[in-house]
Amino acid sequence: MSENKTVLLVDDDEDFLLQHKMLIESCGYIVTTAQNRSEAEQLLTTLKPSIAILDLMMEQADDGFVLAHHIRQIDSSIPIILITAVTSETGLKFGVVSETDKKWVKADVVLSKPVRFEQLKSELERLLS
Amino acid sequence: MTKEKTPLKVWIVDDEPGMCLGTKRALRDHVIDMEDLNVSVNFEVNTMESGEAFLTNLKGDKPHILLLDGKLPGIDGIEVLEELAKQSTKILTIMITAYATLEKAVKATKLGAYDFLAKPFTPDELRYALKKASRDIILTERAKQLEAEKQQVRFEFISVLAHELKSPLNAIEGFADIMKGRVAGNDIEKYDHMINRMCARIGGMRKLITDLLDLTRIESGKKKRILEPINLNSSVENVIENNIGLAQKNNITVNVAPSNKCSINGDSGEIEMLLNNLITNAIKYNKPNGNVDIILKPSETTISIIVRDTGIGMSKEEQQNLFKEFSRIKNNKTKNIEGSGLGLSIIHKIIQLYNATVNVTSEVDVGSEFTIELPIQ
Repeated sequence: MSENKTVLLVDDDEDFLLQHKMLIESCGYIVTTAQNRSEAEQLLTTLKPSIAILDLMMEQADDGFVLAHHIRQIDSSIPIILITAVTSETGLKFGVVSETDKKWVKADVVLSKPVRFEQLKSELERLLS
Repeated sequence: MTKEKTPLKVWIVDDEPGMCLGTKRALRDHVIDMEDLNVSVNFEVNTMESGEAFLTNLKGDKPHILLLDGKLPGIDGIEVLEELAKQSTKILTIMITAYATLEKAVKATKLGAYDFLAKPFTPDELRYALKKASRDIILTERAKQLEAEKQQVRFEFISVLAHELKSPLNAIEGFADIMKGRVAGNDIEKYDHMINRMCARIGGMRKLITDLLDLTRIESGKKKRILEPINLNSSVENVIENNIGLAQKNNITVNVAPSNKCSINGDSGEIEMLLNNLITNAIKYNKPNGNVDIILKPSETTISIIVRDTGIGMSKEEQQNLFKEFSRIKNNKTKNIEGSGLGLSIIHKIIQLYNATVNVTSEVDVGSEFTIELPIQ
């Protein structure tokens, strides 16, 4: 099921990367990580992930959005999970529920930080099934 | 600097048309310059013949200053004041009275009247009363603005602080969950790296709390300051000794150019806090095998402390918010450098305490130089 599925995980928090690489690998996926947008873009020249998990705010506040657009341009069939601490920090809510959201947020799912791994796991399974 | 023009609305409520007209005339084209507040005030005057008319007009608008006749047909001045108090409407009110009784004056004052003007009054008396009132309005307005700005800054500070405290907690919790679930198996060694990361994040959090306490102690002025002659050479030596481990870890050479006559009057805790933040920054933001030079240079009235590094440097843009709380420079080169984001704010606060100045020059990939000029006093 999850065999040979590659997950691209991008976040500027090295502890988050370390933890989630381990957790996602424990479910049988192959995980490649990047700590910023340019590192991820470099990886994407050779790697074609089955799914991408992107942090929204890295060096620039919109790095996740830009990266999501970039991935959609390469291959629009790669599912994207966007994770963000925006909601817990600013109270600003956004997602991909309404049609307007879907137009500019190029992601299949938006999860807020701190992420519950069970939720992330079930989204991975759903989007890759 | 051009003066800020502030028009103030003045409403006159008086049943004598001559009185209204005279007042209007005296205030028309009259400008009050308040040099110290950098503002010039003029008046937009409106007249009303009765208390009832005033209360009706009040539904759509509100004056800054109300000139209120005590004796009016229909409801009188005191009743108008009572109505304003009932509505909790605050308007700076000057009572105009022909034959004020003490009893009435006391009552009006209790109801919030600001001043009294006895009829008949000269245009100058009127202008003087309005000058005093305008000044109070502007000062109150400024105080309100300042308070609002302070609250906003405080709110922003707390939000960022909450974020800075929450992220290590999230990381530690994440590692703890992984260990609890034995995600890497039962072998404890598999978790060594995670345990180290947890300790590092706890250390970072402790540093943040210590820095935060230092900063608030300096800011509140509650910290007891003991001012005594301090030899800066030995303060620098102390700070370097405390940071030998950090320098060795990054293979940084720290050179000191001591100087004779390097004594200032100060609080040793504050001076070491200042030097410690400067020197640890120079070590942390350096390149491997880099140098830190610390130079003490006395002049007639000041002592310069120069801390120069051969580190990653800063762009002009990055230098802009340097002394602002939590404004850590975030890029590829700084991502593995631990810091609370408060070090330079602490430096800034201490510098203010000593009437000192700080000057920063920096070039990306070449290094930074911080020069503090401390007055000897």
